[in-house]
Amino acid sequence: MRRTLKALVFFAGLLLAWEAVCLARIWSPVLVPSPVSVGRYLWEAANDGTLGSATVVTLRRLVLGYCFGLAIGLPLGLLTARFKVVGDTLGLLALGLQTLPSVCWVPLALLWFGQTEAAMFFVVVMGTIWSVIIATENGVKNVPPIYARAARTMGSSGLHTWLRVLLPAALPFIVGGMKQGWAFAWRSLMAAEIYVTILSGFGLGHLLHYGRELNAMEQVIGIMLVLLLIGLIADKVLFSPWERFLHRRWGTAK
Amino acid sequence: MTLQTEVQNEASSKLSVQHVSKTFRSRARVVHALDDVSLDVGEGEFVCLVGPSGCGKSTLLNIIAGLDLADGGRVLTDGAPVAAPGRDRMMMFQESALFPWLDVLSNVLFGLKLKPGLDAGERRKVAEFYLKLVGLEKFHRAFVHELSGGMKQRVALARALAPNPRALLMDEPFAALDALTREQLYGDLQRIWQERKKTIVFVTHNVREACCLGDRVVLFSPHPGRIREEFKIDLPRPRDINSVDLARYSTRITAALKNYARPESGAELVEVAE
Repeated sequence: MRRTLKALVFFAGLLLAWEAVCLARIWSPVLVPSPVSVGRYLWEAANDGTLGSATVVTLRRLVLGYCFGLAIGLPLGLLTARFKVVGDTLGLLALGLQTLPSVCWVPLALLWFGQTEAAMFFVVVMGTIWSVIIATENGVKNVPPIYARAARTMGSSGLHTWLRVLLPAALPFIVGGMKQGWAFAWRSLMAAEIYVTILSGFGLGHLLHYGRELNAMEQVIGIMLVLLLIGLIADKVLFSPWERFLHRRWGTAK
Repeated sequence: MTLQTEVQNEASSKLSVQHVSKTFRSRARVVHALDDVSLDVGEGEFVCLVGPSGCGKSTLLNIIAGLDLADGGRVLTDGAPVAAPGRDRMMMFQESALFPWLDVLSNVLFGLKLKPGLDAGERRKVAEFYLKLVGLEKFHRAFVHELSGGMKQRVALARALAPNPRALLMDEPFAALDALTREQLYGDLQRIWQERKKTIVFVTHNVREACCLGDRVVLFSPHPGRIREEFKIDLPRPRDINSVDLARYSTRITAALKNYARPESGAELVEVAE
C-alpha cells in the first residue's frame, strides 16, 4: 500500500510540474499542451469511441501475432537446442534475424501482403519469433546436465525428459525471451501502424500519426500515454506472475 | 496396491562387474578411466569405492547405473546385463540434482509417476512414507532453495528410495556438506540401509566415511583406474565415525591409498571428469 502511495505521489508530482511549465508559458501551447488539454482529448476520444476501437484493433493485432509467434517459436527453439543440424542452420538464421530491428520487416510485409491485416500480423510474428527461438535454445543449453541424468535414472526419457525436465528447467530463460519478443513485437507493430494506413482497422499508431498530421499535440501526447499504459499493464499482467513464480521456485530474488 | 505392498522391501540385487574398461578420448588426451575392473557386490551389501580423483570410481558407478557404457566388459544385475538406466538401480549425486521448479513432495513424486501401477493417491502415500523416513515430513511444500544442503540430500535420498530400487548408487553424496550434517547423515543412512535392505555402492574419497558406512571398502588407483585392494570392515553397527576402532581401519586404508596413489614413473597425472 505504501508503495502504491509513493508511486501515486511521484506521478502526481510529475503532472503538477508539467502543468506548472505550461502555466509559465515558456513554450507555445501548440507544442507543449497542458495536462488538462491532453486529458480533455483523451476524455473525448474515449467517449466518441475512437480510443476504444483503436485500442482493440491494436491489441488484437498484437495478441494474435504474439501468440502465433510463441506457438511457433517455442517448439522451434526446442528443436534448435535438440538437434545439432537445426542449431547450425535455423539457429544461426534466428540469431541473425534477431539482430535485425523488427521494423525492418515492414517494407517487405507491405510489398508481400499490401495494406492488409496480414502485413501487420507478419510484422508482429517476425518481431516475436526470433527472440523466442534464441531464448528457448539458450535456456535448454544452459540446463545443468545433471538434471537430465537424474531424470534418466528415474526412468524418464525422450519426450518426457523434454517436457518435464528440460523445458521447466529452461523456464527462466524462456520467460526472458518471451518478454523480449513481446517488446519487439510491440515496437514493430507501432512502427508499422504509424508508417502505413490499413483500412481494415485504425490502431493507436494511426491516431498518433494523425495527431502529427493535424498538428494536434494533445492527441500525440495522449496516445503516447495510452501506449505507455498498455506496455505497463502488459508487463504487470502477463509477465509479473511468471517472474514471481520463478523467483519463488528458484529463490532468485526477494 | 496398498502402501504396505508398495513399500515392502524388494529383494536387494546382486551386482557383478566383469572386466569393465572405459577410455575417454578428447582431442587433447586419452584417459584410461577404467582398466579391466571386476567387482562383485552381494545382496544387501554396502560397498564403498575409494580412491583419489581420476581413479574411475565415479565412472564405474555411472556404468553400473547405465548412464555410461563400458568400452569392454559388462555389468550384470541379478544376472541380467545392464544397458540403460533402470528403476532397480537408483542414483544419488554429489549435488542433490533436485528440480527447483518442483516442491519437495513433487520432487519425490517425479520418479514414482514414471513407475507403472500406482494411482495418484498411492503415489502420494509412498512419497510421504519416504519423506518421513528421511525426517522431512514437515517440508512437503518447501521449495528446493529453501532447504539446507543436508536437507537437500535427504530429499534426494527419499527421491532415490521412492521407486523402491533394489540397489542404490551413491556418488559422493555427502562431499559438499559440513562435518556435523554429514555425521547425522551417516547415522541416518545406516539406519535406512538396515531398514530398507538395499544393496549400496557408495563412491567417496573420504576413507573414514568409507569405513563408517561400508561392509567392504574397495581401493582404486588412478591412471589407469584399477582395483588394488579390498578391506572388510568388521565393526558392529551403527558405527560412529569418531570411534577408535574405526580409526584403526581408516589409518590402514589411508596408508595403502597413499602407497597406490604415488604416480608411477613417467605416468602423467590427468584428471578424469567424474
